[in-house]
Amino acid sequence: MLQAPVLIVVIPLMFTFVALIFGLWKKGLCYPIVLIALSLSFLATLQTLNIVITTGTIHYHLGNWSPPWGIEYVVDYLNAFVLPVISFVAIMVAIYSKKSIEKELPDKVVYFYCIFLLQVTGFLGIVVTGDMFNLYVFLEIASLSGYALITMGEDGAPIASFNYLIFGTIGACFYLLGVGYLYAATGSLNMGDLAKLLPNLYGSKVILVGFSFFMVGLALKMALFPLHVWLPDAYTHAPSSVSALLAPLMTKVGAYVLIRVTYTVFKPYFSIEILPATTILSWIAAAAIIFGAAMALAQTDLKRMLTYILVSEVGYLALGIGLGNRNGLTGAILHILNDAFMMLALFMVVGAIIYRYGGRRISQLRYLHKKMPFTMAVFVVAALSVIGIPPTCGFFSKWYLLLGAINAHGWVFVAVLLVSSLLNAILFFRVIENVYLEPHDGDIVENHDMVVSIEEAPLTMLVPILITGAGILSLGVLSGKIISTIIQFAIPAGF
Amino acid sequence: MFDLIVSKYNYWIYITLMMIGFYAMVGKKNLIKKVIGMNIFQTAIILFFISTASKKGGTLPIIEHAHGHEEHAMQVASYINPLPHVLMLTAIVVMVSTLGVALAILIVIYRKYHTLEEDEILRFNK
Repeated sequence: MLQAPVLIVVIPLMFTFVALIFGLWKKGLCYPIVLIALSLSFLATLQTLNIVITTGTIHYHLGNWSPPWGIEYVVDYLNAFVLPVISFVAIMVAIYSKKSIEKELPDKVVYFYCIFLLQVTGFLGIVVTGDMFNLYVFLEIASLSGYALITMGEDGAPIASFNYLIFGTIGACFYLLGVGYLYAATGSLNMGDLAKLLPNLYGSKVILVGFSFFMVGLALKMALFPLHVWLPDAYTHAPSSVSALLAPLMTKVGAYVLIRVTYTVFKPYFSIEILPATTILSWIAAAAIIFGAAMALAQTDLKRMLTYILVSEVGYLALGIGLGNRNGLTGAILHILNDAFMMLALFMVVGAIIYRYGGRRISQLRYLHKKMPFTMAVFVVAALSVIGIPPTCGFFSKWYLLLGAINAHGWVFVAVLLVSSLLNAILFFRVIENVYLEPHDGDIVENHDMVVSIEEAPLTMLVPILITGAGILSLGVLSGKIISTIIQFAIPAGF
Repeated sequence: MFDLIVSKYNYWIYITLMMIGFYAMVGKKNLIKKVIGMNIFQTAIILFFISTASKKGGTLPIIEHAHGHEEHAMQVASYINPLPHVLMLTAIVVMVSTLGVALAILIVIYRKYHTLEEDEILRFNK
């Protein structure tokens, strides 16, 4: 299976057209085709991870053109680790989407699944490629399909999607300008080649400007505060399955590219010492963490609250990258995995609630634990993980971020991490209290005699939710092993 | 100072165009004007890439039409760099698709609100 790295991208891309042709013929065929495509792609990512663990970094030359001229796919420990995460989340959402798409977009099922596959292609391509310009193309494939998917949502969706398009295009164009500046200075687009050529040019202003363009463009794409303004609207109004796909992945992929650019294309000592980029990044990240949690407190809509929590989680990723030491980066890379699972679980649960009850205001959720016991149990597990309670996976990435902050003597960041855990606890216990606890005596008790029957989410929704919930718990237990077999080698050279 | 502007005028034009586009994307209330601004912004980037490739007196990067193609096999220094042109071909495709998606979204918005003024749509949403 020497072709594994390219199959990861080619399979979902080709199956997009297969799904379109068969889907137009028979609507029901789309769903199995999407599942087959994503499962094959997932197998390819596992195979790639296996090859990387046994034999080291893979260099795959597309069309047999050797690197500085041709496009190269480079898979080292870092992207071999991120690829299965993306594939797995995509499969879970694909299984989950069946019922919710039939209800929310009955006449657009075929187009939804085609764009869904393109979206996953974009994410996987961003992560697998070793070429700066190729990355831009995949970034735009992922973003354009994202705009289209979000537009299919409820009332406010088209305008939210349009705002996202404007911001996303500015981000992508800044990234492209960064590529242009680096190309003008070095004459190369290959990441490995750039990493060799750039150190001689670190004094050059062209390089500094190019680096700043990368930072701003990627911050826009990953919705880092204060450039997050497009995110809450877009993800609130998107269809449930779309938010469940985009929320865990788009921001994580952005974080991955940020790690690549700051620590692989540029050497760590450039990003940390020559420019104070990482210091600025960590302060912005700290602001993002607090701002996201504070804004989430002000929301009455559960899905909107989650989008602000996502803004705050992006802050954690950026903080781990910005701290610029081994523990911080371990935390950030582990958080890519953990946060993808946490956000996947939370957004899928909200989607299931919307599917059953239509409402998603926090005050409407009373007695939900009796109606949907399994779904709400997973919600509680994911909530505990976001807060950072030990057996769940969220604790471990936060622990490494905390260690990183202590190593960097950033006491403010230590305080921010602890305060944000408290804020998250308040946020989620507000929801949990509303769902699980009996109302006060003075409250309306007319619901009391109501026969509460179990109306769990349909099986295709419940199974991925339960798997993800179990994943959150088991990843927490396994995190030591994940770090010792993969992540410690995924940290870029120079730390 | 004046010299700096004249000798690098292509880059100054690119910066000016980009800022015009940026202003339209962020400052204008009409959604179509935002899309036009987006297009100007992207075109400015094409101009930037193409002007990094060009050379005074450079020739086509095709062997048969190059200076002195009879005597020398190649004179790398006298070629215009073809790679940025190729990159921009791809970027143009991406930009056209972005424009297509943007216009499609605008059609959806117009069908829903019967206007493309941002403030009127926001008032409608309240």
